[in-house]
Amino acid sequence: MNNTQFKTDQEFFMDPQRCIGCHACEMACAECETNGQTPMISVDYVDRFTTTQTSVQICMHCEDPVCAKACPADAITKDEFGIVHSANVARCVACSNCVLACPFGVPKKVEPMQLMMKCNMCYDRTSAGKKPMCATVCPSGALWYGKREDIEKARPNSTPVNSFQFGKQAVKTKVNIMMPKGSTQLVVD
Amino acid sequence: MAKLPVSPERLIEQFGPHKNYPSPEGYAGRDEPDKVVKTHCCFCGMQCGIQLLVKNNQIVGFEPWEEFPFNQGRLCPKGVQRYLQNNHPDRLLHPLERVEGEGFRPVAWDKAMDRTASEIRRIQQKYGPHSFAMLSGVSLTNEKSYLVGKFARVALKTKNLDYNGRLCMVSAGAGNKKAFGLDRASNNFTDLVHAEVIIICGTNVSETFPTLTHWIWQARDNGAKLIVVDPRLTPIARTADLHLPIRPGRDSALYGAILHQLVENDWLDHEFIDNCTSGFDKSIEAIKGYDLDWAERTTGIEKEKIRLAAEMWGKAKTSFLLHARGIEHQSKGVENVSACINLVLATGRIGKPYCGYATITGQGNGQGGREHGHKCDQLPGNRDIENMEHRQYISQVWDVPEPEIPRKGLTAYEILEAIHRGEIKGLLSICFNPLVSLPNSNMVREALEKLEFYACIDFFLNETARHADIVLAGSLHEEEDGTVTTAEGRVVRIRECITPPGEAKTDTSILLELAKRLGEEKRFTYPDNEAIFNELRVASKGGTADYFGITYEKIEKNMGVFWPCPSLDHPGTPRLWEDRQFKTDDKKAHFQPVAYREPGEITDAEYPIILTTGRVVSQYLSGTQTRRIGKLVDQYPEPLLEIHPNLAAKYNIRDRDLVRVVTRRGAAEFPAQLVETIREDTIFIPYHWPGRKSANQLTSGHLDPISKIPEFKVCAARLEPVGRQAPPASQIDAYASA
Repeated sequence: MNNTQFKTDQEFFMDPQRCIGCHACEMACAECETNGQTPMISVDYVDRFTTTQTSVQICMHCEDPVCAKACPADAITKDEFGIVHSANVARCVACSNCVLACPFGVPKKVEPMQLMMKCNMCYDRTSAGKKPMCATVCPSGALWYGKREDIEKARPNSTPVNSFQFGKQAVKTKVNIMMPKGSTQLVVD
Repeated sequence: MAKLPVSPERLIEQFGPHKNYPSPEGYAGRDEPDKVVKTHCCFCGMQCGIQLLVKNNQIVGFEPWEEFPFNQGRLCPKGVQRYLQNNHPDRLLHPLERVEGEGFRPVAWDKAMDRTASEIRRIQQKYGPHSFAMLSGVSLTNEKSYLVGKFARVALKTKNLDYNGRLCMVSAGAGNKKAFGLDRASNNFTDLVHAEVIIICGTNVSETFPTLTHWIWQARDNGAKLIVVDPRLTPIARTADLHLPIRPGRDSALYGAILHQLVENDWLDHEFIDNCTSGFDKSIEAIKGYDLDWAERTTGIEKEKIRLAAEMWGKAKTSFLLHARGIEHQSKGVENVSACINLVLATGRIGKPYCGYATITGQGNGQGGREHGHKCDQLPGNRDIENMEHRQYISQVWDVPEPEIPRKGLTAYEILEAIHRGEIKGLLSICFNPLVSLPNSNMVREALEKLEFYACIDFFLNETARHADIVLAGSLHEEEDGTVTTAEGRVVRIRECITPPGEAKTDTSILLELAKRLGEEKRFTYPDNEAIFNELRVASKGGTADYFGITYEKIEKNMGVFWPCPSLDHPGTPRLWEDRQFKTDDKKAHFQPVAYREPGEITDAEYPIILTTGRVVSQYLSGTQTRRIGKLVDQYPEPLLEIHPNLAAKYNIRDRDLVRVVTRRGAAEFPAQLVETIREDTIFIPYHWPGRKSANQLTSGHLDPISKIPEFKVCAARLEPVGRQAPPASQIDAYASA
């Protein structure tokens, strides 16, 4: 970790209203050599019958990751920069506890490999000082990576929020969601 | 003999489309490429910057190019996957000749060229020079577009050369020339950022120009209001401040009614109208009576929404109007464009920062490709082939006597009609797949079958190329040096990353060799593609599209140069009309009177529903390239019939039911997709697919009288439920439909 150029002043921001459902993020994600052409993020229609709205789901990189807590093999770790890493290949027992535990539905068990895989915020890129691939290619700015002060200035009508309430479960994440100005928390009943 | 030599199924088996996927490990050498080449995407008019990774003369991946100012690394899925063409199993590696009953077999270049040249001579001697036509396309660079124009007129000696831009931006081009005397986006896209109101007319920006979305959102972050005019609630319309769901084919009525409101409320810039324009009074006379009630009845949009749009536009201090194929692909394409320009001129918001107007050019080189002479009525520099001064200037550049330059020829669809009538007997095509992209494809197929000789230059055996006698294996975008001009009017550099694989040759070398065999070697000898560009610079000098001051070096240094750029010390022109001197004869911008008229085909008892067509984000135009890229195919695997649930209920159609759509041209079956995001009187089918899955079996050949663009966006249809659910898309393989 000593050689890392991870920029600690840069954060990930997601703005669901800007998603145009183009799947560029998914396809670019799959190109990463560590992903073996399997995307670690997903884009789906919310309800195509009524709307063209789509939503993109990336790993939110929780401050206190439930996936790691639920892992019986201690395969999931959070590093000093707050990145929750994909399951350690040697340790993962493919039990799917993490898949069930994640409040955002992020980790996927990749069947042919019997391995949990999820987004690790393009660690190969971010540790070299680059932006994650999805946030680099996203054509609409629905996925954005950079300094908090820059996005707050560029998008004055929105506020970054990283606090979620799922029923009784409170979750804080490294990744921010852009919400209407003044919001402090996203409550998901 | 341009009938298929064997069944389409056999040709598909051998030449595809096949879906290409990278292996899970990716291509070897991606981590340690020999070269990382800064170039541009091969697809739409945005021409996003991208870096291609090269190993052992193969494209093995891509890397975003974050420094390029327009897209700053952003890409759409087509851009992300564009690199998969060079390694593609369908890639043509040598020339082919048609063999009856067998299909196509490899042939030596020498023989392929000899045969092509001798057939050209035979047909022209027997039936006259214009009996041999050429079709071109604007995925080609400026250099190739220019070369095709010169080749057809000087070596092939035919007047019948036209291009697939005829299906793209010609209505916008004609409208711009009428109003401004010049055909280019008036502003670059940075002028969006502080526009107070943005109106986008008939353009599904988020699916067809995804990287432009970011610029629109930047404006909205700064407080801009967004108005979207579209029969469908597209992804960009979903979040708009105002969505005007227009009945297809009624656009000029809407813009006429908005102009009427501007006049009624005096939301006009009188100083600009009086000093910088002409024709205002006649334009107002033409829209007399276009009140809100009339507009609501005609356009199908609630009158309050029309009033609100007019108020938003009328009261704004800065604004940007964008339009694209939705209003241009109509038999009134030019009138719709003029009606939009009238709104810009009436408010005087042009030629100033954040006061913009532009058509969003569709194809990769839709802008540059429509300026340098492979259009039937045009010479380089956007000169007029019927203008004696223009002809004389170009005759000097080309070193040919002026009378030998042919006059104006037929447009693309008219060329196919002339083939059908037996007046044109031979065809050479490059970069055009008319069997999928032209309307009324049954007529197009019959025409192709009547050709005595057809030679096609392409890198894949597209659906039209299956009818060829000789196929000349050409080059991909990344296999030749050149330039293209983006939708903003920015001339950018396309880089040769690799050489063509196998025996395939560059398009340029194929055209030069053919010119040589037609006896014109002297006029078609260039040391490299830069030399062609340098000739283009001279040929464009003094024309409205003046590239004389643009050099490869200058483009590279500045990441692009905006034309006009008339001299070497000129910085280029990112924003037009700052001096209020328009390129018309009287230097004024010209209002055009636009009285509303009906589209070419209107609904009736027999055909009661409006059919409109368009695109999806994962496919590009006729799909020659994108229907061969696995993930892009899988994202939207088959054309779906978008239909409102209320209309579906009348026919008892459920989601995924197979529905036969019938028009006066043909019939085809599509699975229904029930969505509340479309007008109840309109159905939508995307057009990228071939054969039985082609929406263009249904579309009409009504042409705009000026631009000759076909009316892809409006025709009358009837629905006949087949009575069963559609099979899963995976069983249909629409991407390779026969």
